[in-house]
Amino acid sequence: MGEAVGIRLERITKRFRGGVVAVNEVDLEVRPGEFMVLVGPSGCGKSTLLRMVAGLESVTDGTIWLGEKDVTEDLPQERDVAMVFQSYALYPRMSVRRNLGFGLRMRGAAKQERERRVAEVADVLGLDHLLDRRPAALSGGQRQRVAMGRAIVREPQAFLMDEPLSNLDAKLRVSMRAQLSLLHQRLGTTTIYVTHDQIEAMTLGQRVAVLRDGVLQQCDTPPRLFRQPVNLFVAAFIGSPSMNFVSATVSRGAVEFAGVRVPVPTGSELATADRRVILGIRPTGFGVASSNGLPTLSVVPEIVEELGDERNVIADVDAPRVDTDATRAAVDAQTADDALLLPAERARFTIRVPGDLPVTVGEPLTLSISPDRLYFFDPDSGTSLS
Amino acid sequence: MTTRTARRARGPYLRAARYLVLFLFGCLFLLPVYALLVTSLKDPASVSVVTMWELPGKLSMDSFRAVWPKLQNGFVNSLILAIPASIISSILGAANGFVLAKWRFPGADFVFPVILFGMFIPYQAILIPMFRVIASMGLNRDLSGLILVHIIYGLPITTLIFRSYFASISEELIEAAKVDGAGMLRTFFFVALPIAPPAFAVAMIWQFTSAWNDFLFGIVLTRTEYWPITVALNNIAGAQTVPFNEAMASALLACVPTVLVYVLLGRFFMRGLMAGALKG
Repeated sequence: MGEAVGIRLERITKRFRGGVVAVNEVDLEVRPGEFMVLVGPSGCGKSTLLRMVAGLESVTDGTIWLGEKDVTEDLPQERDVAMVFQSYALYPRMSVRRNLGFGLRMRGAAKQERERRVAEVADVLGLDHLLDRRPAALSGGQRQRVAMGRAIVREPQAFLMDEPLSNLDAKLRVSMRAQLSLLHQRLGTTTIYVTHDQIEAMTLGQRVAVLRDGVLQQCDTPPRLFRQPVNLFVAAFIGSPSMNFVSATVSRGAVEFAGVRVPVPTGSELATADRRVILGIRPTGFGVASSNGLPTLSVVPEIVEELGDERNVIADVDAPRVDTDATRAAVDAQTADDALLLPAERARFTIRVPGDLPVTVGEPLTLSISPDRLYFFDPDSGTSLS
Repeated sequence: MTTRTARRARGPYLRAARYLVLFLFGCLFLLPVYALLVTSLKDPASVSVVTMWELPGKLSMDSFRAVWPKLQNGFVNSLILAIPASIISSILGAANGFVLAKWRFPGADFVFPVILFGMFIPYQAILIPMFRVIASMGLNRDLSGLILVHIIYGLPITTLIFRSYFASISEELIEAAKVDGAGMLRTFFFVALPIAPPAFAVAMIWQFTSAWNDFLFGIVLTRTEYWPITVALNNIAGAQTVPFNEAMASALLACVPTVLVYVLLGRFFMRGLMAGALKG
C-alpha cells in the first residue's frame, strides 16, 4: 500500500436546488492516516459532506483536496476512494468473491492480482468460507463485513464510511466497532466516518468533527471535545447521558443556582464578572457529599435507573431550566430518557452515582459539587465562557 | 364483540356465496374457450351448430391437420417477426429506463413524457406516412420493415416498464458501483441488467403478444409471402362458408406461442432478485 494521504476541505458549501444550504463553508483537514469522525444530529449535513468527498454529490463552492490533487470536479470513478454504505449496497447477483473483486476489475487489475487480494482480504475478515455465496445467503454481520471488504480490497487512498454499523444489533455493533479500530491500526488508511451516534464517534475517532445545520462546530480529539466543548451544542451533544444545564448567576466570584453557591475557579475571567450564565454539569460531575468542604446540593430522586456498577438518578432542581435551540437540537438526537429533560418546568438533572450508594426514590440525597467540574456558557450566543 | 361473533358465524355462508358467484362468472367468460376446444377436437363430420356445446364423441386431430399447411407459413413469419421485435425492443427499453431512472441527465423529465406519448398514438393515425417511410427505405419487401416498426412501437411501453423497475432499486447500489470505478455502461451491464429479469419478463411478454397479435401493420407493410399468422387466420375464418372446426383449430394453434411465452417467462416474475443487497 502506498503512502497515506490527507484530505483537505476548503470552505466547502453545498446548496441544494430550492436554496437549502446543507453544508456551509466547512474547513476541515484530515491528516494522512487519520481516523476522522463526522458526527451530528440527523440533517446536520455530515452525510452530504461525505458524499461530496466521494464525488456522489456536486460541490456548490469550495475545494476538495485528496493528497496534493484537487478532486473537486472529478467523477467518483476518477477518485481513489472507497465507500461503505449504510445499507451495504452489495451487488445482489454476484457472489461474495465477485462483490469483493468488482472494484479491482473495474479499475483494470489483472486477474491473478485480483484473486490474490480478494483471498487476502477474505482471510483478514474471516470471509474465506463464504466466498461463493450470494449476499442473500449471508447474515447481517457477514454482509457488513463483505461491504467493508469491498472497500479494503481496493487499497484506496481513503475510506469513506456512512454509518456502516447502524444496521447491526447492539452487541454486534460493539464488536464490529472494536474490529474497525484494529483494522484501522493495521492498515493506517485515511478514513472519514459518518455517524449520528456520539458514543461511536468518541470511541472510534482520533479526532471528531461535530456538525450542526451544516456548520462545523468543533473538531478535536475525543477527550478535548468532552472536557472543553466550545459551545452549548457540543456540550449537550457529546456525553451520555447528556450534560445538565441550568440558568445561573455569577457574582462576587461564585455561581449561584437553586440556592447553592459554588466558587468559580480562580483565574477564570468569570471570577470578577457579574452576569447571567448557563451552567453545565455532567451527570458524572457530582460527588457523594462528605465532609470535604465542597458546596452541596440536596435533591429528591424521582427515577432511579439501575446500571449495575452505577445508577442514574433523575431529580428536579429548583432553578430555571435551559431550553435553547442548541440544547434541543442536541437532545433530539439522543435517546428517550434524555428527552425527560424537556417537559418539566424546573430543571431536571441526571446524576450518576456509584452502585454501592443507597438511593431510594423520594428519599433526599445530598451531593457535592466540585468547582472544577462546572461548564459555563453565554446565555445568548451559547459559546463557552470557561 | 357480539357483532364480531355474529359476523364470524355468518362468515362461511357469505364466503361460499361469494365464491359461487365468482365461479359462475368464471364459467361465463370461459364459454368461448370451451367452444374453441371442443369444436377443434371433434371429428370434422360431427361439427354442427346444433351440437356445438356437446363434448366430442371421439377425439380427432383432423381439423389441425387440415389447417396447418395453410397456417404454417404465417406461423413461421410471425415467429421471425415477434422474437427479434420483443428482444431488441426490451434491450433498448432497458437502456432507456436505466438512464431515465438512475443516470439522470438534464432534461430527463422532459424526454420521458415525450417517449411515453408514443404509446397513445393509434396505429391507424400513422399508417400511411409509416408505409411511405418504410417503402422509401426499401424495407417493405420482407419482414425487416415490420420488425423495425414493432421495435419502435414497443419502446414507450418497454421504457416505462424498465424505468419503473429501475426506479425501485436502491440508489446506493448504483453509487457503490460508481465509487467502485464503473461508468454508465458498466454499471448498466454489470449491476443493473443482472437484477432486471423480472422487468424483462414483463416487457417481453407484452412485446411478443402485441407483435404476434398485430394484424394491421402486418397486412400493410409486407407482401403476401411474408404475411404474419394473423392475416392467415383471417383468411381461413373469412372464407365464404365457414368451416367451424378449421377456424377454431387455427385460432387455437395461433395462440399457442403467446401462451408458451407467458408460461416460460412467467417463471422470471420471481421476486427476491434483490435479496441480500441491503441491510441485514
